[in-house]
Amino acid sequence: MTETAADLSSVVATATAEIAQSTSIDQLEQIRVRLLGKKGEITALLKALGSMDPEARRSAGAKINEAKDRLLAAIEEKRTRLIEEDLARQLEGDAVDVTLPGRGQPVGGLHPVTRVRRRIEQIFRNAGFQIADGPEIEDDWHNFEALNIPANHPARAMHDTFYFPDGRLLRTHTSPVQVRVMKQVAPPVRVIVPGRVYRCDSDVTHTPMFHQVEGLVVDEGISFANLKAILHSFMKELFEKDVKMRLRPSYFPFTEPSAEVDISCVSCGGSGCRVCKNTGWVEVAGCGVVHPNVLRAVNIDTERYTGYAFGMGIDRLTMLRYNVTDIRMYFENDLRFLRQFA
Amino acid sequence: MRISLAWLREWVDVGTDVPQLAHALTMAGLEIEGIERAGPALEGVVVGEVLSVEKHPDAEKLKVCRVSDGGAEPLQIVCGAPNVRAGMKAPLAKIGAVLPGGVQIKKAKLRGVESFGMLCSARELALTEDSSGLYELPASLPTGASLVEALALDDVILEVNLTPNRGDCMSVLGVAREVAAIRGQELRNPAQARVEPAISDTFPVRLEADNACPKFVGRVIRNVDGKAKSPFWMQERLRRAGIRPISAVVDVTNYVMLELGQPMHAYDLNKLNGAVVVRQARAGEQLKLLDGRTIELTPDVLVIADERTVLGMAGVMGGEDSGISDATTDVFLEVAYFDPDAVAGRGRRYGLMTDASQRFERGVDPELQERASERATQLLIECAGGQAGPLVVTRQGTSAAREPIRLRHARVRRVLGADVPAEQVAECLRRLGLQLTESTGADGVTWQAVPPSWRFDLRIEEDLIEEVARQYGYDNIPEVPAATFEQAAPYTEGQIRNERVADLLVDRGYQEAITYAFTDAQLQAELCGEPGLALKNPISSDLGAMRVSLWPGLLVVLRENQRRQQPRVRLFEIGRRFATEDGRETEVVAGIAGGPRVPPQWDVEKPAPVDFFDVKADVEALLTLTGAKDEFTFVRAEHPTLHPGQSARILRNGRPVGWIGAVHPRHVQSLDLTYPAVLFEIETAAGLAARIPEYREISKYPAIRRDIAPIVDEAVPADAVVAVVRASAGALLKDLEILSVYSGRQIEKGKKSIALGLNLQDTSRTLTDSEADAVVTQILDRLRRELNATIRDK
Repeated sequence: MTETAADLSSVVATATAEIAQSTSIDQLEQIRVRLLGKKGEITALLKALGSMDPEARRSAGAKINEAKDRLLAAIEEKRTRLIEEDLARQLEGDAVDVTLPGRGQPVGGLHPVTRVRRRIEQIFRNAGFQIADGPEIEDDWHNFEALNIPANHPARAMHDTFYFPDGRLLRTHTSPVQVRVMKQVAPPVRVIVPGRVYRCDSDVTHTPMFHQVEGLVVDEGISFANLKAILHSFMKELFEKDVKMRLRPSYFPFTEPSAEVDISCVSCGGSGCRVCKNTGWVEVAGCGVVHPNVLRAVNIDTERYTGYAFGMGIDRLTMLRYNVTDIRMYFENDLRFLRQFA
Repeated sequence: MRISLAWLREWVDVGTDVPQLAHALTMAGLEIEGIERAGPALEGVVVGEVLSVEKHPDAEKLKVCRVSDGGAEPLQIVCGAPNVRAGMKAPLAKIGAVLPGGVQIKKAKLRGVESFGMLCSARELALTEDSSGLYELPASLPTGASLVEALALDDVILEVNLTPNRGDCMSVLGVAREVAAIRGQELRNPAQARVEPAISDTFPVRLEADNACPKFVGRVIRNVDGKAKSPFWMQERLRRAGIRPISAVVDVTNYVMLELGQPMHAYDLNKLNGAVVVRQARAGEQLKLLDGRTIELTPDVLVIADERTVLGMAGVMGGEDSGISDATTDVFLEVAYFDPDAVAGRGRRYGLMTDASQRFERGVDPELQERASERATQLLIECAGGQAGPLVVTRQGTSAAREPIRLRHARVRRVLGADVPAEQVAECLRRLGLQLTESTGADGVTWQAVPPSWRFDLRIEEDLIEEVARQYGYDNIPEVPAATFEQAAPYTEGQIRNERVADLLVDRGYQEAITYAFTDAQLQAELCGEPGLALKNPISSDLGAMRVSLWPGLLVVLRENQRRQQPRVRLFEIGRRFATEDGRETEVVAGIAGGPRVPPQWDVEKPAPVDFFDVKADVEALLTLTGAKDEFTFVRAEHPTLHPGQSARILRNGRPVGWIGAVHPRHVQSLDLTYPAVLFEIETAAGLAARIPEYREISKYPAIRRDIAPIVDEAVPADAVVAVVRASAGALLKDLEILSVYSGRQIEKGKKSIALGLNLQDTSRTLTDSEADAVVTQILDRLRRELNATIRDK
C-alpha cells in the first residue's frame, strides 16, 4: 500500500522534472511512452491495482488516474510550447531583408512629348474631337496653295521648307491635314491632328523636326467666340491650372481673323520670370477663323459653314509642362533624360 | 522693324505711357517685341567746345586743352585723343558725370597737370564702337547743351514685329496711322512737300513689263553735291532704324523710305544711256550689284535697264555702275510702283533681303509715288543742293478703280460670335480710312466699303471683319462653347492603338525614343542596303536622306547611350519609314535591346546579354495583342542589318509585316557597340490589326496529358514539327508546349530531340486513355512520314 504510494510519487516527481527539461517533441514522446505505453511505469502501477482489495484499489486507483491526467496535461502543455518555439525559430530563419530591391526587369517609360501628346489627345477626345492623320511628305498644293499661301507669298519665308528633287516637300505644319480631312468628309468636322513637322532650321531653340497639333472645327454657326472657349478650357485642363488666356491679332494666310494665343506664364503665374522673359505671358498657339479661300478650295459652302482652326507646338507645351529648358534634349534620346519621365 | 518714338510723335499724339502704347499696338496686331532707349543716360555730359590745344609739358602723347562748357570760365582738360584740335566740338564729361561703363569723372592730375573733366570718344559713351578718337559733334550743336538733348538721345525705339500682310505699316507714316486709329487721334501728316521745277530737264522712261510696273515717277535733279553729308539728325534717325548713313543723296532716299514706306533709287544721271526701261531680264543677263557681287538673271526677274545694260533688280537692289558716288552732280530719281508678284521671292533667290524688297513684296501704296518723290526732292535739295526738273509720271495699263467690298452686319456677328453694334462696326472701319455706304435690308445693315489705297490687303468681307475685330478688341469677344453635336465618334477595335503598343513595351522595360525622320544616307546604305530618299536642301549631310527603317536612328541612339556609360539599353520608337524610290510612308514600331538582360541586381550573379529570344518574347507579346497570334510565323531570312543566322522575317498569313534579328557582327564592330544588340520592326497597320475576340465553349471534361520527344534533323525548324502535330491532332489538341530542344549525348550527330507537351481534350465527352494513345500514335506516324522523325522511348 505505502509502497505503491511511494512509487507513484517518485514516478510523478521524476517525470514532471523530465517533462520540464525536455527540448524536443521526440523526447517528450519518449517520456509519454515510458510512463503510459503498454509497458509504461504508470500502466504498470495500474496493472498492479488488480491485486488489491476493492477498498484500497479504489483509493489507489483514483490517485494513479489523477497523477496520469496531470502528467498528460503537462506533456500536452509542453508539446504546445515546443511547437510554438519551433515555429518561432523557423520564422526567424525565414526572415528576409525587406529593404532589398525586387528581382527582374524594371519598367521603361514614355517620351515626354508622347506624354503631353496623349494628354492633348485625351482632352480633345473628351470634347468630341476625332484624331486625324496625314502624310509627312506633302505636295505644294496641300502644304501651301490650298491654305491660301501661293508661290512667292511672304509667309513662305517663315516656313523654311525641306524639299525633295521632285518638288514635293516635308510638311512644315500639320495644317495640310485640314485640307485632306475636308476633302474626305463633309461638315460637321471636328478633328485634331497631332504629328511630326519639319523646318530647315536648327539652333538652340529650333530642331529641324518637331511636333504640332492642329485643330479644325467646321459646322454651321461656328465663331471666333467658340474658338476662344475651346482653347481656354483646353489650356486650363492641360496645365491643370486656372491659367489666363489672351488672343493677339496676328496673320496666317489660312485663317481670318487670326490670332496668337498667350497664356499666363505657367511657371511664375504671371508675375514675370525667365520662362516668360518677364512678360508674364507665354505664346502657345496660333489660331483663327478658317479663311473662306481654304473652304472654297475644298468646295465647302462658305455662306452655310464657318470654322475655326488652331495649331500648337507639342514640344513647346511639353517644355512648359515639365520645365524642360533645352529643346534639343528631346531628340538626343539620352536615357538619363528619358528616364525622368517614366 | 525699328521705329523711333520721337519720329512717330511728329506724326501723331502717342501719349506719355510708352508701355501702354506698346500694349495697345500689340493687342491691335502690331506686336511690339521690345522697347529700348535710343542711347545711354549720360548725365553730366555736355557739348564741349575745344578753345585751345597745347602740348603737355611732361608727356609726349597728352595735350592740355581749354574747353568751354558754355560757362564763363573755360575748363582745363588733359586729353590724349589723336584728333583733338582747337575749334572742334566733342562730348565733355564734367566732374561728377558717370559714364555708361560706370566710370565716375573726378578731378584728376595727369603727369602733374590738373584736369577738370574728360573729352570722350563715341565708344566711351556707348554710342558706337568707334574708339579711334574723340566723337566729333556737328558745329551746329550749342556749346554747353546736355548731350542727350542735343542728340535727342532720350528717344525710345519700338521693335515692331510685323506680320507679312501689313506692308502698309512698314513706315513711320504707317505705324502712325495705326496709332491714330487705336487712340482715336488725328494723323498730323507732315512731310507734305511740293518742289516747283527750277529746270525743264527730264529723262525718258519706257515701261515694257506689262503689269509688273504700272507706274514710274522720274525726276532729274541737277547740280547736286555728291560729296555732301546728310544732316546729323537724319543720320541719327537712319542709325536708329539700323541703316548706315552714306551720303546725302543715298541717305535721303532711305529716309523717305522709312518715313513714308516708299522705296526709291537715285541714279547718277550721267551714267544712264538713252532711256530708263523697265522690263523682264533676258536669259543670261548679268548684273553687278551694289554689294559688289555679280549675278546672272533669269527672265522672271524684273529689271531696270537703260538702252545698253541692266541697271538694277527692280524693287530689290540697284547696280554698282549707275549708283551715286562722290563725283555725282546730276541725279535721276526713280520712285516706282512694282506689283508685289513681280518682286516677291526674286531677291531671296539671290540671297538678297533688302529694305526695298521687303516693302515691295508686301505691297506699297500705289498712290504714294508722287508724294514720296516730292518729299525726297525737297530733302535732297536741302541737304545736297541742286535744281529739280519736273515730276514725270509714266504709266502702263489702266488701273481700275477699286471695287467696294460688301460687309454684312449679320456676318460680322456670326463670324466673331460677338454682338458688335452696327455703329461700332462702321466707326472701326472709318477710323482706318475706309469709305462706307450703308444700307439696311431684311437681314440688317450692309455696307459697301472702299479701303484706302494703302490697305491693298483688304479684299474680301473677312478682311474687314478682322479689322473690326482688331479695333473692337479680341479681349472683348466672349468665350462661348459651341453647341455640341449628337454624333458618336468612331473607335475601332480592329486595330491595336499605338498607345497600347507603347504601353506594352514600356511595361516590358523599353524607353520610348523619338529620332529624326532623316538620317545619314551613307550610314543607311551600309546598314540597310539602300540610301533613302534624298532631301534637296538638307540641314546637314548626316541628316540628308529620309530613313528607310527606324533602325539606323535607334542604333545611333544605342551607341550614344553606351558612350554615356549606359550599358543596358532598351528603346523603341513608333514612327514612319520612307521608301527610297518614292517616299511612300509606312508607320512601324521598332525596338532595340542591348546589354545585360536585366540590370545588375543583388540576386543575379552576372546577367546574360540580351539575345534573340529575349526580344522575340517582347515581339510575341506585341503580336498577342492582336488576338490572332496564330496568323504569325517567323521565317529565317537575311537582312543587311542583321546577323544572317539570327534573323527572321515576321509573316502574317504569309505576308511580311516585320523583322527581328541580332545586329550583324560587322555593324557591331563598325558602330563600335560595346554589346551586340537585337532589333525588331513591325508595321503597325498590317502587323497590328486586331481580331475581335469570339467566344468558344470551355470543355467541362478532363484533359489528358501526353509528352512526346521526336528526334529530327537539326535543320528542321520547331515550327515544322509543331505544324505536323497540330495538323495530325486536329481539334482535340488544346495546348502544346515545347518543353526542351536537345542535341548532344545520346542523340545522333546532326539530329535534335524536341520534347513536346500535349494537352488533349474533347468538348463533348471524357476522352479515354486509349483514345489519347491513338491520337499520339497517329501524330508519331505522321512525324515519321513527313519529317523523317525517330521516336525515343522515354
